Amino acid sequence: MKLVLNVNGSDRMLELEDRTSLLDALRDGVGLKGTHAGCEHGVCGTCTVLLDGEAVRSCLMLAAQAEGHAVTTIEGVTPGPGELSIVQDSFVETHGMQCGYCTPGMVLTAIALLRDNPAPTRDEIVEAISGNLCRCTGYGQIVEAIALAAERLQRSNTP
Amino acid sequence: MKPAPFEYIRAESVLQAQEWLAADPEARVIAGGQTLMPMLAMRLVRPTRVIDIAGIAGLDEIAVTAELVTFGAMVRQVTVERSAAVAQALPLLAKAIRYVGHPPTRRRGTIGGSVANADPAAEIALVAVTLGAEVLTTADGFSARDFFLAPMTTALPAGAMVTGLRFPRVTAARRGTGFAEVAMRQGDYAMAAAACELVLGAGGEVASLRIGIGGATPVPVLLDLAEPTREAIAAALAPLEMMHDPNAGAGYRRRAALALAMQALDEAQREVMA
Repeated sequence: MKLVLNVNGSDRMLELEDRTSLLDALRDGVGLKGTHAGCEHGVCGTCTVLLDGEAVRSCLMLAAQAEGHAVTTIEGVTPGPGELSIVQDSFVETHGMQCGYCTPGMVLTAIALLRDNPAPTRDEIVEAISGNLCRCTGYGQIVEAIALAAERLQRSNTP
Repeated sequence: MKPAPFEYIRAESVLQAQEWLAADPEARVIAGGQTLMPMLAMRLVRPTRVIDIAGIAGLDEIAVTAELVTFGAMVRQVTVERSAAVAQALPLLAKAIRYVGHPPTRRRGTIGGSVANADPAAEIALVAVTLGAEVLTTADGFSARDFFLAPMTTALPAGAMVTGLRFPRVTAARRGTGFAEVAMRQGDYAMAAAACELVLGAGGEVASLRIGIGGATPVPVLLDLAEPTREAIAAALAPLEMMHDPNAGAGYRRRAALALAMQALDEAQREVMA
């Protein structure tokens, strides 16, 4: 089928098999490999993207279901080439990753959380990332990264 | 690409979806897809056509009247979670919805999808059975107790689709609710869950006590209780068939169901006294 996906602010015309997930459409159709494929059946959360600003699992959607919605991937959250967003920067500073496989999903989940709840408690951060598996860090530094990002976003003048 | 090939089509009305379903017994409805997509990925289902009902006008509405709360099949779980009207009219559902999957799956997952797929661990189905909800379909309406037949199996006739879920509304001033569940990790499938609604009469007597069990049994069950005691709950659980898997045996699930029912009852009692 032919469809138009709005990804990181631009419309992309794609020709895909009907059964293509949003995840596969982003990686293989649009060519954005930052959205990682993990379990591909909704358990691990690494394929998380933003759909109209809210975190969803791209493996649990057909690409066709995303037509007419705004999709944001990890490539779409940076302010410019070579730069990092405040949330990404906080992950770097607290070393909120080891292998990095879960990181795009964690960052996008954190962005969605902080948009709704600019000053989350530790418990709220833990609940928000409860659907994202990390097998390296033990989550401590990831929680720290999101708390640091919340603090910085509250003090920053840019969104 | 993990699913077997199928054709994706968008229905513009319930009538159109119904016609497509009637014409092809291998067609499946997709609402939020949070249950269907994993099943497609694991090829547990291989539909010929997947009918998207997200674009059907009016299926995503919540209607609250003095006596009823009606959810369209496409109402997203996150909408229920964020609804002040639901928190006020159906506090038990508002509590249970936070146990449904994770925030990103609740963003996509729907009321109708949860009911139609009939996963034994589904919290929405458990609350529906506990509160005596009616499952609305393009065929007949079904009481939730009669709708769920076995894991992932419902009484929905071939060619029909679930269009909504309707709850009776309790307006008594003295009402308490409780919800408790145990899972391998937060948001994972419940190995056992309990939901409780306790309503007191004007004189403080028990006007209505409902305790439902899910996750442990093949379908959610409303316990037949004469009194709100541990003994009565244990006696009501004794004859029920419990599921078992390598993580949780039938004996464990029966004990967990009892402990969770007591927790839910305790929460409801404390709430009604407050």
